[in-house]
Amino acid sequence: MNNIPKLPLGNWIESLESWLENHFTPLFDFIRLIIGSIVDFLHHVLLFSPSILMILIITALAWFLGKWKVAAFALIGLLLIDNLGYWEHAMETLAIVLTASLLSIIIGVPTGILCARSSFLQGIITPLLDLMQTMPAFVYLLPAVSFFSLGVVPGVIASIIFAVPPTIRLTNLGIRQVPSELVEAADAFGSTPNQKLFKLQLPMALPTMMAGINQTIMLSLSMVVISSMIGAQGLGADVYRAVTQTKTGIGFEAGISIVVLAILLDRMSNHIVKKNKR
Amino acid sequence: MSIIEAKQLTKIFGSHPEQAMQFLKQGWTKERILKETRMTVGVNQASFSIEAGQIFVIMGLSGSGKSTLIRLLNRLIEPTSGQLLFEGRDIVQMSAKELRQFRRKKMGMVFQKFALFPHRTVLQNVEYGLEIQGIEKQARKEMAEQALQLVGLGGWENSYPDQLSGGMQQRVGLARGLANDPDILLMDEAFSALDPLIRKDMQDELLQLQSTMKKTIIFITHDLDEALRIGDKIALMKDGVIVQIGTPDEILIKPATPYVEKFIEDVDLSKVLTAAHVMRKPATITLERGPRVALQLMKEQGVSSLYVTDKGKKLLGVITAELASAALKENLSIGDILIKEVPTIDSATPINELFEPMAASSIPLAVTDDTNRLLGIVIRGAVFAALAGNAIPEAGGAN
Repeated sequence: MNNIPKLPLGNWIESLESWLENHFTPLFDFIRLIIGSIVDFLHHVLLFSPSILMILIITALAWFLGKWKVAAFALIGLLLIDNLGYWEHAMETLAIVLTASLLSIIIGVPTGILCARSSFLQGIITPLLDLMQTMPAFVYLLPAVSFFSLGVVPGVIASIIFAVPPTIRLTNLGIRQVPSELVEAADAFGSTPNQKLFKLQLPMALPTMMAGINQTIMLSLSMVVISSMIGAQGLGADVYRAVTQTKTGIGFEAGISIVVLAILLDRMSNHIVKKNKR
Repeated sequence: MSIIEAKQLTKIFGSHPEQAMQFLKQGWTKERILKETRMTVGVNQASFSIEAGQIFVIMGLSGSGKSTLIRLLNRLIEPTSGQLLFEGRDIVQMSAKELRQFRRKKMGMVFQKFALFPHRTVLQNVEYGLEIQGIEKQARKEMAEQALQLVGLGGWENSYPDQLSGGMQQRVGLARGLANDPDILLMDEAFSALDPLIRKDMQDELLQLQSTMKKTIIFITHDLDEALRIGDKIALMKDGVIVQIGTPDEILIKPATPYVEKFIEDVDLSKVLTAAHVMRKPATITLERGPRVALQLMKEQGVSSLYVTDKGKKLLGVITAELASAALKENLSIGDILIKEVPTIDSATPINELFEPMAASSIPLAVTDDTNRLLGIVIRGAVFAALAGNAIPEAGGAN
């Protein structure tokens, strides 16, 4: 074993990185612009009105989507965040999470559909998803920073990499789980592939897909602290600062705000699923 | 006129179907091909033609290839080789687009496990085939409602499939298959998942619908009773090969191979065979003859009674030997001694309904048609012989 020289894998990766950096800068700038604008836009929308009004709006939305319990939790939880003084940071975090989730869905659902149609593609994508979910996030934060520089954008990119797999996996699974007799019936009546997709496969896969999207939202929320290390603002940055300065109290306050957001996003997205079932 | 004609239609599942096809043409068996090439012969060079308006039943046990065969007909499974002519056009050669149009307009399909779309209402299910053709909403709603009326499900439009019983779900399946008014209806074990009583109801209903619709129906089943009940023609399959095609009578009376014989051995013949199968040529006499001639005829033919008809073969009554000799003594005519109260039966009466009238009557039963013409007589010995499964005479035969 000893006479086989070490593979220069690290060197290869680094040359790939600089090659990408040299040749694709306009593309990266474009992506940066798009993601940055979405985050900014959501950020402004969320902070447009006084906090109390936004709390009421979110509570009303929770009421509409789910039961009164979710609405009550939204009201109390958000008032707590406001009271502790983390409202603005919480909305920054929410803007980042929503952007990452939205882009994950836009990327994940079509990819999942393609995987469901082609077992060959599924064979390629599945190990890639395993890699994305298990590779420590810090490892791809570095190239993300060198492509997109510090700030919120590499944080969103890292969140997408970490959070998109469940949407892809469960979209694929949901479509593949549609009973073959039903697919046969759709074929027997002369459906085009798209008619089959939109009239049968997607409606039937929806509950499974929504479970995946719910996971995606949760996972992208779990990335906020890591993203703050490369300059993304929000609650994650508060936690990060508290940890580096060993301020347990602040860390706990920001932490509990993240938990409130997490529970709220989870329950609300779950209720979208239930509302979609007849 | 045949609406569908299959020529050497073959399906081989496996990695190199063309290669297995060569072996098949050289006469290799399904087992040998499986053993040496690890490929499965689904359907082996099936040739048949189906007449328009016929119920064509494909029957076989599981694994006989019948479900594969029906799927070759609308190419849910792609044939490996062979031709499939629909009104002269080869379905196998159709492009994806042509095939889609063909499926949309010409063929409906009903599935064993109903295959209704659970997220759609009954009406939306029935509308599906019309919707994907781009038929405008109001028109397709009317067509779907009409199809639902046809199967007796008017008023259930807005229910969901899981709110209906199995029998009702399959009615929805049938309505969906009929909604686009196809020429051909494929029914894949359509009633097999239903309870026996409901299955029988559905069979009756299908026959009744068919008497007005006159569709060409291709019906798959593993149930011989079902096949005999509804089939105009039956194709019996084994190991991917069609071993016999014929009317139910032909299958029962002249099984082509020992396999078919074994297949039909458990059939309750008393339900399947009818008076027409067991009746014999009657000994008759016309009214104008005298008792002496009657006695002579009875003696010649070794019978103790004679049916009396007019010259148009219309049944008038019956005379017995005793009555004839009494008439001879008292110089009466046949008309005077004629017994007019004769039990008659229709030629389509199944044998199991003959036992009672036979027990009650001392003379053979008379088989007549609607106009009271005497077609034949049924004697006990012929019935027992038929039930024993041997020596069934040709229908209406002379001996």
